[in-house]
Amino acid sequence: MNEQANSFKNQPDERGHFGQFGGRYVAETLMPLILDLEKEYRAAQNDPEFSTQFDDLLTHYVGRPSPLYYAQGLTEELRKAAPEGKGAQIWFKRDELNHTGAHKINNCIGQILLAMRMGKTRIIAETGAGQHGVATATVCARFGLPCYIYMGSKDIERQAPNMFRMKLLGATVIPVESGTATLKDAMNEALRDWVANVDDTFYIIGTAAGPHPYPEIVRDFQSVIGKEARSQMLERINRLPDMLVAAIGGGSNAIGLFHPFLDDKSVKMLGVEAAGHGLDKEHAASLSGGKPGILHGNKTYLLQDEDGQIDEAHSISAGLDYPGIGPEHSWLKESGRVHYDSVTDAQALDAFQLLCRTEGIIPALEPSHAIAAVAREAIKMDQDQIILANLCGRGDKDIFTVAEALGAEALGTDI
Amino acid sequence: MTRLSKAFPADRAALIAFITAGDPSVADTLVILDALVEGGADIIELGMPFTDPMADGPAIQAANIRSLSGGTKTADIFNIAKEFRTRHPDVPLILMGYANPMTIRGPEWFANACVSNGIDGVICVDIPVEEDDSLGDALRNEQIALVRLATPTTDAARLPTILNNASGFLYYVSVAGITGLQQAAQASVEEAVKRLKSATDLPIVVGFGVRTPDQVAAIANVADGVVVGSAIVELIEKYGKDAPAAVKDYVASLASAIASAR
Ligand SMILES: Cc1ncc(COP(=O)(O)O)c(C=O)c1O
Repeated sequence: MNEQANSFKNQPDERGHFGQFGGRYVAETLMPLILDLEKEYRAAQNDPEFSTQFDDLLTHYVGRPSPLYYAQGLTEELRKAAPEGKGAQIWFKRDELNHTGAHKINNCIGQILLAMRMGKTRIIAETGAGQHGVATATVCARFGLPCYIYMGSKDIERQAPNMFRMKLLGATVIPVESGTATLKDAMNEALRDWVANVDDTFYIIGTAAGPHPYPEIVRDFQSVIGKEARSQMLERINRLPDMLVAAIGGGSNAIGLFHPFLDDKSVKMLGVEAAGHGLDKEHAASLSGGKPGILHGNKTYLLQDEDGQIDEAHSISAGLDYPGIGPEHSWLKESGRVHYDSVTDAQALDAFQLLCRTEGIIPALEPSHAIAAVAREAIKMDQDQIILANLCGRGDKDIFTVAEALGAEALGTDI
Repeated sequence: MTRLSKAFPADRAALIAFITAGDPSVADTLVILDALVEGGADIIELGMPFTDPMADGPAIQAANIRSLSGGTKTADIFNIAKEFRTRHPDVPLILMGYANPMTIRGPEWFANACVSNGIDGVICVDIPVEEDDSLGDALRNEQIALVRLATPTTDAARLPTILNNASGFLYYVSVAGITGLQQAAQASVEEAVKRLKSATDLPIVVGFGVRTPDQVAAIANVADGVVVGSAIVELIEKYGKDAPAAVKDYVASLASAIASAR
């Protein structure tokens, strides 16, 4: 089925293009490396030993499969305000229960195995929220490779707990002051490191973006989310969900959930970008507020001005605070298969609290954006319909940001 | 012969000077360009500032920020080019920069703007051969050279791919890394230039990490051109509006190093 012309799963083409998006827009120095990486990845795909090792680590180290959970408390709470007969059932894929607390580890396990196959001895990565940095530092500790994490100084401030975790895990965290001192600048700095250390260094990119083959590799490793969810749904209730919802920074947790369902025509999909202070103000919604351009190795929707200068993104969630998006999402938007919407900082904060109180789950600010969209959609849908959302990270890292945003008084305590 | 090919003298290497357009201001850039020519630069590489210059080290990153903070627009850069062309009819002008500002209005728009403002060639850091159709066809249709880059990671198997459709000159990036302080060992440069020369008749130009008259002289012994960027940009950072005199003296010291090289 994957090979069918009318499938949504047959991207990218052999040049790494998803329609007009994607590609390999990198400095010549890096070209031989990414060609090597592609060759090695194709070999790994055909090597049963590789998938055995990957699956084994996901099971026994990461703790997969992650549960599929019917969120009855949230479902019932939303029905209170819904019109008669409305209020879809809400289910969560619990990837926040993974080792290290987010979906990021799925991809890191896969990429570190590739790095070792290629004989690389030094690992670099960029991080925004710090979840990808922590996951990378974790797999480096596990396999004994030195680890250098680039992180914007603004993000270091707002994700202090993750900074400390990376250090405990033995990683060197390099603060990035250039540009806007957030995720995009961390990625620039990681690319500068890579180009200067081509012989020994493997760059573990944390989202489904960057030059080909990264968007494909990251998608494939994250697709464990959607594959599990699909078979868990069928096993539990013998049907597929009506709608999938996921938050989008670069788009890795979303594509991981969506991809295995792309050819299930009855399943609608909604990607949720960060609208920050609002789409007419500072935000991070590149599909809603940007246009196609070239950055960080791929062609994709970007927040930019008329001269192609990249705009500063804003989101309360460091993991979504990026002016671009993975190229496959740009293609899925243009093809109409997936719909994209956005949620503001304030709406995400409300959803964060709603989940805490109705389900006893403290979500990360990134999936809080997805939860806000779920709440919006659920009340429009019938009660026998099902929404499946990706709970892709836990909120321990965000409690100080949330406390600051709400004001300690709002919580009735002084933190 | 094109303006660009004429700029490579038969008896010595060409001196290629890089600055970032709009640093410290659009008006100052025109004066600094005059200083480069008066100092003895044979070819000018004019950097198009970009918010995310991921192939550049601290000096040129800072120049990009100075320029953009001063409000430099793409239109200003082409205006600089047009004025330069009037003042210096014979000196080739190459635009160097990143894919997004070059392609945002479409490759044909960019190629047209290059032609109408007297640009001779384009170096785009992040469009490798694999993505050539994003810009290359449009430039070739207008007879603008799209300069290809070879690097220390370019092996014999890849070189023909790079040379296919290359024009103007071949730019050898002498270090695997970013612009700035890192320097290549002279022996590695010599070995690489020899290898490249045996594969193409295009002039071979060496850049990245070349700063001093001594380095320039050594490279000029083997290559057809030498690019100096960060060292000049640092003078602009240091002297700001008063940079032209310092820049002219420095470029003159590089030019005389080349003159006495071969
Ligand atoms: C928990 C969590 N969710 C989502 C994201 C956004 O990334 P992506 O869109 O690649 O899933 C991040 C990024 O740091 C994250 O930590």
